[in-house]
Amino acid sequence: MNQIITSKSTKETTGRLTRPVPTPRTRQNNFAQRTFFIFTLLPVSLILIVTIALLVRSWPILNAYPLSNLLFGNIWKPTNGLFGFWPFILGTFWVSIVGIILAVPLCLLTSIYLAEYAQSKTRSIAKPVLDLLAAIPPVVYGVWGLLAIVPFVDKVLAPLSDRWLGSIPIFSVNQPTGFGILAAGIVLAVMIAPLIISVMYEIFSTVPNDLRHASLAVGATQWQTIRNIILPQVAPGIIAAIVLGASRALGETIAVLMVVGNIPQVPTSIFDSAYPLPALIANNYGEMMSIPLYDAALLSAALVLLLVILVFNILSMLVIQRMLRRKWAS
Amino acid sequence: MGFLMKKRWQRRHLLEAFMKFIMRVSLVIVAAALGLILWIIVVRGLPALSWDMVTKIPEGGYYMGKGGGILNAILGSLYLAAGGTFLAMIFSVPIAIYLKAYLGDSKWGHYVRLSLDVLWGIPSIVYGAFGFTLMIALGIRASLLAGIIILALIELPIMTRAMDEVIRRMPIDLEYAALALGSTKFEVALRVVTRQMLPGITTAILLGFGRGIGDAASVLFTAGYTDRIPTSLMRPTASLPLAVFFQLGSPYPEVQQRGYAAALILTVIVLAVSLGSRWLSSRLNKYTIK
Amino acid sequence: MDAHIQVKNLNVYYGKQQALKDVNIEVPKKQITVIMGPSGCGKTTLLKSLNRFLEITDGAQITGEVLVDGQNIYDSEVDVTEVRKVVGLLAQRPSPLPMSIYDNVVYGMNIHRMKKDRKEYKAAVRHYLEIAGLWEEVHKRLHDPATSLSIGQQQRLCLARGLAVEPEIILGDEPTSALDPISSQNIESRLIDLKQQYTTVIVTHTLRQAKRLADHVIYMYMGEVIEAGLAKEIFSSPKHERTKQYLEGLF
Repeated sequence: MNQIITSKSTKETTGRLTRPVPTPRTRQNNFAQRTFFIFTLLPVSLILIVTIALLVRSWPILNAYPLSNLLFGNIWKPTNGLFGFWPFILGTFWVSIVGIILAVPLCLLTSIYLAEYAQSKTRSIAKPVLDLLAAIPPVVYGVWGLLAIVPFVDKVLAPLSDRWLGSIPIFSVNQPTGFGILAAGIVLAVMIAPLIISVMYEIFSTVPNDLRHASLAVGATQWQTIRNIILPQVAPGIIAAIVLGASRALGETIAVLMVVGNIPQVPTSIFDSAYPLPALIANNYGEMMSIPLYDAALLSAALVLLLVILVFNILSMLVIQRMLRRKWAS
Repeated sequence: MGFLMKKRWQRRHLLEAFMKFIMRVSLVIVAAALGLILWIIVVRGLPALSWDMVTKIPEGGYYMGKGGGILNAILGSLYLAAGGTFLAMIFSVPIAIYLKAYLGDSKWGHYVRLSLDVLWGIPSIVYGAFGFTLMIALGIRASLLAGIIILALIELPIMTRAMDEVIRRMPIDLEYAALALGSTKFEVALRVVTRQMLPGITTAILLGFGRGIGDAASVLFTAGYTDRIPTSLMRPTASLPLAVFFQLGSPYPEVQQRGYAAALILTVIVLAVSLGSRWLSSRLNKYTIK
Repeated sequence: MDAHIQVKNLNVYYGKQQALKDVNIEVPKKQITVIMGPSGCGKTTLLKSLNRFLEITDGAQITGEVLVDGQNIYDSEVDVTEVRKVVGLLAQRPSPLPMSIYDNVVYGMNIHRMKKDRKEYKAAVRHYLEIAGLWEEVHKRLHDPATSLSIGQQQRLCLARGLAVEPEIILGDEPTSALDPISSQNIESRLIDLKQQYTTVIVTHTLRQAKRLADHVIYMYMGEVIEAGLAKEIFSSPKHERTKQYLEGLF
């Protein structure tokens, strides 16, 4: 055996086979391994560092008021020392939920079409479209919302809703400007669609083709196959994709801020203005050092946002990664 | 006998046709949304676009409709995004190599990937707020440097995962072949993985750059805004997204118009970067073993 | 010969590559026809053209006709799901659906709404599991997941699932290649029993299996049918040189 490995490296390696004396090469390897390892600590620790930094800076206000006062307080008057996040928390959830409700059917249908029906030619057109949609910056979405969606809500959707659905509280039109939850929800739906569609598409492709063929072979239609075989298989991944999309919607700042109206109130209709947490933080960063506890209040708002999003994100990512790994394994 | 197989419009066939139809409609809506966005930005942005816009900085009274341009924001954004991408690359390349060459699908590799994905999901406003706490702690003011650091944090997970996805598809045989020839893992990483990574790195750089140049919420806190072109890392700098945002907030129609034009400039840069990355990675992929 | 399936001038392309070249064959009723030939010769493509499974493959282009009882299954008037009901398929790898044994057999019947009530479904499940020779082994655990069965049992379950939609034709795409020898033999004897009632077309890569099963043989090479006819004649005195070489095991 030794004869075969006769080459320039023989001198170096003969000793290594019997006694592990580190050669320069292995030492270099060990050093590299340690250095690389330290680099991978960065992403893992960054999550903790961000959380702790925000916690430390928001400690003064968490110390000064009970948490329930902050979270469920209705009044926001920093100059009077009143910091109630409740209207903002509700605003965040209203906007995100409307966005998700609009995005989910669109994304589910599109991803099923791309995964199960479309020819590879259609897919190769759809992929760059989704990539471009994902690449458009939030502020451009905001401009689009301002120029297209707000007038559309004002001139088309609000009158329609007023006429046909006006008696239902959540569809009643109280402030006819177009700015509000619905406009923000529509913009958000389009913004999070590319992410949700591509995650759902990946999830659908984890289903082995054998199952599709088995169902089609007995004469099922494609939709019957999807409905009976594929959807039950991928349901956890689909829900995870939706949760992931929701977490993006919760944190979106600039685009929402530009179309949502920014009035701190508890919304009752999708045509009402709202004031989500990210918009609150972004709009007031300028004066946050000028009023006592104001900076701590805004950073605690960021902390609340971060914690909710972390939970959403980690849960959905665990499910998605597990489903995708199952595909790699098979 | 043959008529047995004739098309009969049973409920399930109607359902099939209906589902297929609304799926196509959904796809068209998604594609139309892209078209509509681009169309509106072009139609509203183009009239206000002028040579001055991209070659001059704001002159006195610019924000009341007088002369000047947004060169400060264009250059500021390029500096910010380029700096952030460069900084993020220094960290993301070793992490991506380490994930492939050493960790593979191990447990720690799994945690690192998970944390990258989670970082990816943290909204930029939270990064901005975090940047703000850092700036207070370190005693630095809103500046190009602070903006670059925060953008690097935002871009890091995107770039690392983009590289990771590309090199993950690299055939494992190649690695074993190199190991079997007596290479250490570091040598494998350096020679084989990096060469294979080239398309991944290119894609990652462009993805990160595109994300960095479009981010508004984080630079709002960290980079500030100024009418001047930044001359030092410690000076504040303007950026395109904020130029759009602030100009749209103006009561003067001329200034709003320029906001649309700024949005058009930003969109063109981002789309060029995005299309460029597709083109480059499709070209580079030809030269690697698949 | 009473032809159940007639293939006329069938050409299949995958992109620019031609997979089947002008295939003309007839498949006799209620007998076993075996398609054989070296790997990559188009056996499976030919088989999949018979239940329109080629359409699932992205980019496959088909010209020509496949007549089942004189009806062209590629006619625009024809419903593809009805074709697949009439022409059942036993796949290469057993592919139990992710549900119970019972539900696997019921699946196709349910899709076509073939039975009226639970009692009828129950009786049908028993009937087809018996035909597939699986009833004795599984009747006590019908509601266990189908994946809990052994591979050989899974393939027999797939056979029962296919028969439950009352096809006239059974296609087998190397149906025993994933199985152990005993399970293979079990499936083979089922197929021989079933040929009284069903027209059967089997693709196989083993010559010995072809000899055990075939009444009729189709020998293919490079996408073309080289020779087709009665198994006895072809195995004893092949007319074509290539067939002779194949039968002698030269390639």
